[in-house]
Amino acid sequence: MSKTHVSATVNGDPVEFLAAPGMTLLDALREELNLTGSKEGCGSGDCGACSVILDGRLVCSCLVLAAEVEGRRVETIEGLAHGSELHPLQQKFLEHAALQCGVCTPGLLVAAKALLDSNPDPTESETRYWLAGNLCRCTGYDKVIRAVMDAAAELRQVRAA
Amino acid sequence: MSQLAYLAPSSPEQAVIALSAAGARPLAGGTDLLVQLRAGRTKPDIIVDLKRVAGAIGVREEAGGFVVGAATSGAVLGEHARLSRIWPGVVEGAKLIGSTQVQGRASLGGNLCNASPAADGVPALIAARATCMIVGPNGQREAPVESIVTGPGQTSLGPGEFLLAFRLPPRPAFASDAYLRLTPRTEMDIAVAGAGVNLALDADGVVTQAHVAIGAVAPTALLVADAGAALVGSRLNEASLAAMEAAVRAACRPISDKRGTEEYRTRIAGVLARRAARIAYQRAGATL
Repeated sequence: MSKTHVSATVNGDPVEFLAAPGMTLLDALREELNLTGSKEGCGSGDCGACSVILDGRLVCSCLVLAAEVEGRRVETIEGLAHGSELHPLQQKFLEHAALQCGVCTPGLLVAAKALLDSNPDPTESETRYWLAGNLCRCTGYDKVIRAVMDAAAELRQVRAA
Repeated sequence: MSQLAYLAPSSPEQAVIALSAAGARPLAGGTDLLVQLRAGRTKPDIIVDLKRVAGAIGVREEAGGFVVGAATSGAVLGEHARLSRIWPGVVEGAKLIGSTQVQGRASLGGNLCNASPAADGVPALIAARATCMIVGPNGQREAPVESIVTGPGQTSLGPGEFLLAFRLPPRPAFASDAYLRLTPRTEMDIAVAGAGVNLALDADGVVTQAHVAIGAVAPTALLVADAGAALVGSRLNEASLAAMEAAVRAACRPISDKRGTEEYRTRIAGVLARRAARIAYQRAGATL
């Protein structure tokens, strides 16, 4: 069976690639588009390390076929920073030491961005539930939650200014 | 996987043709199918993505009820204010499926047709007396939700048939529903038992219609007619709740596994049905 030609938008840029039969969006990002920020943890939608935003919805890219994103808009961790300027979430993750080994970090950042896109002022409880699909075996989550809450507060200030 | 083709038809007719081929499998949100593909538990030749089929995604109001596209994600259902207000139990069942990421993809149609006995989206749909709009080689037919799953992983859908949408019936004035399930963890786990209850009351708060459905306690989710009947004519007094609970327990045919024993599941199903009934009653009577 031949490969499927796919045209999509990734982090605002038009991209084209050939999707092998059964190829996931995660594999296409990493292997066809050299966007290796999204990680494969479990490959079964349980860990969230491959989180991306597809047409405005947070999804696990390991559970999306690459061929499905024809004409769709994909946002990955690579789109978060503006050049060398970190996104407030990334900055707060550094300040709060919200990462250790870093494998879960891209997924957590993308998931947190999706949360703040839809809810700029989440409660801690809402944040914990929202991020329940992102597993981290290092931090114990508290630092992650503090970083997200702090970034949310900063983003609200920036918007209000 | 080297033989795997991908098709994304835009009309129901094209979808039927694609699904009529040998080795074709439908794809909705993919949160079950992609896991099964990776594990080698299914080896289709063709994946037919239903999400671009007209009518498979979205919520619309029609003839006093709702038509819910079978491939509509849980996230979209949860954000639909009117659906959430009028069918809170159906929506809370859908919203219990998986993490935020899974909610962005997983659908009630996929949850039903994956045919897990523990599917969280299904009992409330059955209690709602929802029907399935099924498209196939002979046109469209409509069937009750409880007639679709025939056993674990098995459905009554014929060759080339697929589930396009659910139809939720019109609501009388004082009516509501609720779904509860038990899992050992608060998030992202498979139900040990689940119960959906759908009630309609008269202006005096007396139950005029009641439907009770249970999940994870039999090879398929079950509509327990005796349990619903036990509530009709009551204001959910202790005697009617006890009779309802007894009917639920009598209907349970669970397995024992790592999530719970037969005895535990049976007992919990009754407790969940009782609590869901109370929630549905409170919601239905909120405007009395």
